Amino acid sequence: MIRRAWDAMTRLAGAVLVMLLLGPLVALVVATGPESLWAVRSHPLVGPALALSLQTSLVSLALTVVLGTPLAWSLSRARGRWAGLLETALQLPVVMPPAVAGVALLLAFGRRGLPGRLGFEDASLAFTTAAVVLAQTFVSAPLYVQSALAAFRRLEPDMLAVARSLGASPARVFFGVALPLSAGALSAGAALCWARALGEFGATLMFAGNLGGVTQTLPLAIYTALESDPAVAQALSVGLMVFAFGLLLLLRRLAPSGRAAA
Amino acid sequence: MNPRRSRLCVRVFALVAALLGLGASAFAEPPATRLTVFAAASLQEVFRGLEPTFEAAHPGVDVVFSFAGSQELRMQLEHGAPADVFASADEALFAPLQAANLVQPPVTFATNGLVLVVSADRKATLTRFEDLPTATRVVLGAPEVPVGRYTAQSLDRMGGDFRARVEARVVSRELNVRQVLAKVKLGEADAGIVYATDARAAGGALGVVPVPDAAQVRARYGVAVRVHATAPEAAQDWVALLTGPAGQKALSAAGFGAPAP
Repeated sequence: MIRRAWDAMTRLAGAVLVMLLLGPLVALVVATGPESLWAVRSHPLVGPALALSLQTSLVSLALTVVLGTPLAWSLSRARGRWAGLLETALQLPVVMPPAVAGVALLLAFGRRGLPGRLGFEDASLAFTTAAVVLAQTFVSAPLYVQSALAAFRRLEPDMLAVARSLGASPARVFFGVALPLSAGALSAGAALCWARALGEFGATLMFAGNLGGVTQTLPLAIYTALESDPAVAQALSVGLMVFAFGLLLLLRRLAPSGRAAA
Repeated sequence: MNPRRSRLCVRVFALVAALLGLGASAFAEPPATRLTVFAAASLQEVFRGLEPTFEAAHPGVDVVFSFAGSQELRMQLEHGAPADVFASADEALFAPLQAANLVQPPVTFATNGLVLVVSADRKATLTRFEDLPTATRVVLGAPEVPVGRYTAQSLDRMGGDFRARVEARVVSRELNVRQVLAKVKLGEADAGIVYATDARAAGGALGVVPVPDAAQVRARYGVAVRVHATAPEAAQDWVALLTGPAGQKALSAAGFGAPAP
């Protein structure tokens, strides 16, 4: 009896949040309808923006995984106050309002930032496709580093010690033991990070600007369309959601152990 | 529970209670009438300046503003936002709202011209509108937003291949005029085209270059009362204030032009 009541309560609480999270998405899909979704595919903003979004978010994801995995690994081994401080500081880009993140990126990598001060004024990254990748990485990499860090911390220290004592090199321990055991959690983190990069808007608009084919990603194209034709923007958003949903599902399939670990 | 811990608990509880109290006081004592004004972002300074005048003349009325892009405000109105007055930087937005019986017929209350703003680094060398193609990086409004539409018309009126030469230098098409201004202010762009009022609000750090008369395009600002306004009389009075001498004086001081006859 108590068990039943408990089950009912947890399900009810869960249902409220599911409604809040999925209600707006369902409303968007219902309000858009399949015809306008089909009609929007040939809209001039769509093709270049979709291609750019895919390219930049995948480059950003690759950058994050290649640099973020070693970072998470060393943080998970590190002890002491500074490591803790660094770990906390690395989460700040997620909390920062996106437009402020864009200004910060401009101040760091724009004309008056690091390249400008070193005398390479024309090397400024602002308003380039590289700026889009940088903005996406800035806001999404912390998510990956966090999940990788959590995954590495869950590994049994004894197991790694045994591998070392059997003569495995540190690199072998990392690639042969730690990585395979954390693969599920890592790919779940990568999927989340990639989805965040794909949806990135505010920092991109500020740091990379909005120019078709160069820096106008799908979210920027959607916002641009919203200014003149909200119906097109809606259809584009539904397209982006369906696409992201499909890719996230695919990633879950590719990493079956991700289900348990994530 | 040890005494130290319980003292901490009491403190945390007191803090939470105080915060809740602060939150609650925001809802306490609603004024007799609340006038909700939706206005284009470029009207922010003038409207805030007119608020004390209006409230002094209308005791018991509290004016609250929502400033955003005109197009965003239009969408909010279409989804039932409880505004009393809508002041738009683009008069074309009123037609669909009127067709849906959401607003009463609008009144033109101001116009706004275009100017070229130049970054602090380039203002000594870029002093004529004709020199715009010499800038390395230009930011303009996107063609989807009013300022971008007017900008395109203005560049076309310069004749020849002027528009193409400028557009070859464009690094970003911004979605509102304040973003154009921000990028020029930060020095990331050399030049941008904004409304005269935005350039004035930006102060003296930037270079301001007039657009030649032949290429000038003026935006017309309109204001309308919502059909189901919750404070219809106060809403009418706000419109009257804008079109009357006090409103026109404040608008002109901010760089707006008088409504053309």
